Amino acid sequence: MEGNVIEIRNLTKKFGDFTAVDNISFDVWKGEIFGFLGANGAGKTTAMRILCGLSRPTSGGGTVSGYDINTEQEKIKRHIGYMSQKFSLYPDLTVRENIRLFGGIYGLRDREIREKTDAMLGMLEMMSEKDKFAGALPLGWKQKLAFSIALIHEPEIIFLDEPTGGVDPETRRRFWEMIYDTAEKGVTVFVTTHYMDEAEYCDRVSVMVDGKIAAMNSPSGLKSEYHAGNMDEVFRIIAGRAAREE
Amino acid sequence: MKEFAASVVKEFRHIFRDKRTILIAMVMPVVQIILFGFAVSTEVNDARIAFCGDLSDSEVRKTVDRIDRNRYLRIVGRLDKPSDIEEMFRTNKADAAVCFANDYGKDLISSGKAGIRIICDGSDPNTAQMIASYLKGVISSEQSDIGIMISGERKVSMTPVVQLMYNPAMKSSYNFVPGVMGLILMLICSMMTAVSIVREKETGTLELLLVSPVKPLWIIISKMIPYLLLSAVNFASILLLSHFVMEVPVNGSLFLLSAAALVFVVTSLALGLLISVISSSQRTALLICGMGLTMPTMIFSGIIFPCESMPEILQWFSDIIPAKWFIIIVKKVMIQGDGMVSVLKELSILAGMAILLLTVSIKSFRTRLQ
Repeated sequence: MEGNVIEIRNLTKKFGDFTAVDNISFDVWKGEIFGFLGANGAGKTTAMRILCGLSRPTSGGGTVSGYDINTEQEKIKRHIGYMSQKFSLYPDLTVRENIRLFGGIYGLRDREIREKTDAMLGMLEMMSEKDKFAGALPLGWKQKLAFSIALIHEPEIIFLDEPTGGVDPETRRRFWEMIYDTAEKGVTVFVTTHYMDEAEYCDRVSVMVDGKIAAMNSPSGLKSEYHAGNMDEVFRIIAGRAAREE
Repeated sequence: MKEFAASVVKEFRHIFRDKRTILIAMVMPVVQIILFGFAVSTEVNDARIAFCGDLSDSEVRKTVDRIDRNRYLRIVGRLDKPSDIEEMFRTNKADAAVCFANDYGKDLISSGKAGIRIICDGSDPNTAQMIASYLKGVISSEQSDIGIMISGERKVSMTPVVQLMYNPAMKSSYNFVPGVMGLILMLICSMMTAVSIVREKETGTLELLLVSPVKPLWIIISKMIPYLLLSAVNFASILLLSHFVMEVPVNGSLFLLSAAALVFVVTSLALGLLISVISSSQRTALLICGMGLTMPTMIFSGIIFPCESMPEILQWFSDIIPAKWFIIIVKKVMIQGDGMVSVLKELSILAGMAILLLTVSIKSFRTRLQ
């Protein structure tokens, strides 16, 4: 199908005897918001690390942004953005220094970084905060900044690893507005989350159980498939079948 | 290369933003040198000597004069009778006393043997012993001079003349400057590198660096470079301090000394990386560095105890501590002024350790990533 940015076939990752990811295959379409759900220990972090080029699969393969996950990890890294649940900025660097740093390690030219910095600060309305330490910003601002920085090199796909952990619902809602804006510009969003209301915002959702993808569909498709009123129920039905403990 | 430069700049910012890091890195070497130099000094300087004897005897006068002219000794007064010595010690007016026998001069000239007694304040045994050996040295040289003067041929002197080569004043700084240098370089390179990597592991920012196109090896190198430079600054400041404040000269080649320091620094950086791989929190990293590196270095480096007087099994153990070899090299090159040939063994051992540790630590860091 035209416009697949991620194509994964028979991906397996073993740690010794333990099969963390068990023969999964899926596609992610260009410009969609793809929710990657699963209980802790279901293997989603392992799978995501492989997609980001941080780890190699034991067997199977696939492409991310057109590059092979087995052989072209460096190229993958250049074309994806990544933001994690944990604090993604350096608290002891100022806002501007953080932007500079990530612009620098993604190989942007000085002039590009300057232009991007101004544009980013203007868009986030953080011009007056540019010389404040990132650690001193309110959590909501930190997240918006971290998200914008993850997009600084204009990646085709952005991986968000539980990006809204520990934030109040209002901040979460505003953060999702940013995600929508980004997806509208054609950037594919690959997001893991624990919040089932967030899963409703995704175009498509996959649920991992015991290293396998147990279900994959649009939220509404899943709800009718499992005769559930909301995604929370869907998740409980599917994840309830897990044999593996955390 | 630009990516690499950006991450090096970041590491420097981390260091200069954190006041504690700067304090440890910049102030600690100075404090340690000053502390060891003045507070933990075991050397004898300006020892106060009282004497008891007949001043009308010209040989007594000559000996007393000779003691007074010695750089490290000073005559503080004459006692009327030997029993006054105790009072002198108790009131802390003298560190040692010399008692001349009656007819000292006559006996000395006629037989070369004269009665003389040295009494030291044993409440500080180390200092007492040192002062005693100084006094013995001064007096025996006086005796042998007389021997030459009287008979034209040198009389056999039975008193051995102890002379300390390289460190005639028994300055303790000769011992601790190499030790402190080893300790500081190791602390800066191992502990700070380990802590800075583990901190990023804890906060999760290491992940961010790893998903960036910068190669893992370069991330590590960019973390090491600031500490490498810091240790170069420390190395220079320790050398300057020891030269100008402690008066410990660099007798050997400065180039050789720097080269040895570089090898040692690389070993320490590799150790730091290894520690960062096996520890999951900053606290663990600090604990491993403290118990596994700092303490053994303090004990086995010869700062406190001489390695030679340890049980054999501990001596073997001390062989696996890189700092020990570095300190030996520093002693040889800096104090004794030895050249490359004399430190070849130690330098090769150190280089071997550096290569081994570097290979192991980079390998284990990479496996951890996968």
